[in-house]
Amino acid sequence: MEYFLELFLGGLTRGSIYALIALGYTMVYGIIELINFAHGEIYMIGAFTALIVASVLNIMGFGPITILILAMVLAVVYSCAYGFTMEKIAYKPLRHSTRLAPLISAIGMSIFFQNYVLLAQTSDFLPFPSLLPELEFLEPYAFIIRSSEVFIILTTLVVMVLLTLLIKFTRIGKAMRATAQDRTMAMLVGVDVNRVISTTFIIGSSMAAIGGVLIASHIGQINFYIGFIAGIKAFTAAVLGGIGSIPGAVLGSLVLGWTESFATGYISSDYEDVFAFGFLVLILIFRPAGLLGKTTTQKV
Amino acid sequence: MRKFFTLAEMKKSLLMAVWFIFLTFPIMVVRVNPIYKVVEWRWQNLVLVGVSAFFLSFLWRYFLAYKKPAPAKSPLETSARKGKLSELQRHPAARRAGIFLAATLAVAFPYIFSTYQVNIMTTALIYVVLGLGLNIVVGLAGLLDLGYVAFYAVGAYSYALLNFHFGLSFWVCLPIGAAMAALFGIILGFPVLRLRGDYLAIVTLGFGEIIRLVLENWNEFSKGPSGIAGIPRPGIVGVEMSLNTSSIFLYFLMIGLALLTILVVTRLRNSRIGRAWIALREDEIACQAMGVDKTKTKLTAFALGATWAGMGGVIFAAKTTFINPASFTFLESAIILSIVVLGGMGSIIGVIASAFILILLPEYLRAFSEYRMLIFGAVLVIMMVFRPQGLISNVRQTYRFKGLQEENKEGDIK
Repeated sequence: MEYFLELFLGGLTRGSIYALIALGYTMVYGIIELINFAHGEIYMIGAFTALIVASVLNIMGFGPITILILAMVLAVVYSCAYGFTMEKIAYKPLRHSTRLAPLISAIGMSIFFQNYVLLAQTSDFLPFPSLLPELEFLEPYAFIIRSSEVFIILTTLVVMVLLTLLIKFTRIGKAMRATAQDRTMAMLVGVDVNRVISTTFIIGSSMAAIGGVLIASHIGQINFYIGFIAGIKAFTAAVLGGIGSIPGAVLGSLVLGWTESFATGYISSDYEDVFAFGFLVLILIFRPAGLLGKTTTQKV
Repeated sequence: MRKFFTLAEMKKSLLMAVWFIFLTFPIMVVRVNPIYKVVEWRWQNLVLVGVSAFFLSFLWRYFLAYKKPAPAKSPLETSARKGKLSELQRHPAARRAGIFLAATLAVAFPYIFSTYQVNIMTTALIYVVLGLGLNIVVGLAGLLDLGYVAFYAVGAYSYALLNFHFGLSFWVCLPIGAAMAALFGIILGFPVLRLRGDYLAIVTLGFGEIIRLVLENWNEFSKGPSGIAGIPRPGIVGVEMSLNTSSIFLYFLMIGLALLTILVVTRLRNSRIGRAWIALREDEIACQAMGVDKTKTKLTAFALGATWAGMGGVIFAAKTTFINPASFTFLESAIILSIVVLGGMGSIIGVIASAFILILLPEYLRAFSEYRMLIFGAVLVIMMVFRPQGLISNVRQTYRFKGLQEENKEGDIK
């Protein structure tokens, strides 16, 4: 039972991180139907920025709480800046071209960012300081759950609630929903579509950055390649839940997290990713539009 | 055309420079060594980024304004806007001269250049075949396949394992590898028949990763990450070949295979099944209404596309004499897909040209070997921004009536 609980919570942690990244994918997809392959790289850049800020502040002799807050804020700011710039350079000029062109552009961006960080920083794994404070009351349960896991799950929860509020009740949220439904129509009723798209990229990037900082301080090391794997997994999660649907992305991420956690815990750890992808194929055979995706009837 | 060195433009570029300095500050300027707790400040990079952002943003805006407005949306429109290259492509004399030149160059190549160059050329030719194979799936049938490298791996491992266990020769394994890949194409094809564009993309990506991971972890079967070494190069019975001659032999073999691929793909494209693929790409529902068997058409696309990857894989294994799962990552699929898209989807000459460019460019950029993947990524983005239809856009099969040419300026009746 304890083992089960440990795997369950481990899966929940994993799923939370996937959800933070998958939301960026699914929101961008919902609005401009683009698989933003470089989204994982934004997450990696967020983690790197946090590492750099934290190390510099640490050497300057700041306290842990200040470091945590400043590193988190700067990581979010920089990820947003990168996401915003990337959209303006690589996707905006392609708004009206064929479906595959932005995808290739995204793959190009992804390769570019990876090598940019590789060249400007290092190809080695860097130790990441554990920014998150230890919770003492969890000490007796340390074999089931670590305090960083609690932080990850709670932060994800808060971010989800904030995102839901933003999308449901604010003006920009309404504009985003309108654009996702029908871009031309939204334009006709006066929605500034370019601004909506930029905002979507910024929101997605900030969530990815939060995910990046959390997971990096949970695992304790990063390199330039972490974004790629995480990005593919999160994309899988988004598709699993039905791409374009926000609750779907969260559900898909949790399902994927648990699948991986239980499969590695009970069967074999070598085939972790095989289980993840195999499960995806299985789900899509029976529900071709994902778990929560709507099967739209194609009209002629 | 706007003026490009006005004060307003200067201001814009200055703003860009400041923005990029801000953007790249933590990653370009600061480098921390977390073990020794030392921070290295590289201020010179700041100047570099500022200056290059200032000038590049001029170029960027200039070319963006220069780019023709309203790019084509469908291939039908693309065929109406023919570039000079495709015009040249149609001219019979130019065509003949081009083919003659290419043939002479291809035959003379191994005798002019070193073995190293010949090996690079062979690799480029393998990618020509891979690109043309994927072109069937993506360019003609419109099925976005992100796991194409899986079939390449199947081909390579078929040869390596059959040779290792049963001692089968290259010539026996070539068709077996192709058949195995085709079989895997059908295995992948079945579950994804119902999926739409992007779901298809992720499932194929997953399929590619599954194949790679199984090869990596199933030690008893595939020897895991350490791979299989000592795969024999192809030969002719009774002829002993030195390393040098064997490379040249492989080169000509590859030329032959590339020619075969070009021939088969061209014939396929204009055949009944080829037209069914294009129809399926354009409109699935209309295509079904016209009585095209969707299942059969999609499966043949997957199987025939995979076949070429299988053959490419066998030759790759024979060429490098060593394979391991690290050669079959997603990046490889991405490169092959880039070849197809950069070349111009569905266009055969375009695919060949872009295969050469994309494979030879990083090889000859070895002088800047550190920067080559960075440049590769940037080239992909820049190409897509400035020429999304690819190097040579696909020309649809059209019928020409001489009498109507004066009235219809395009000269094409669709």
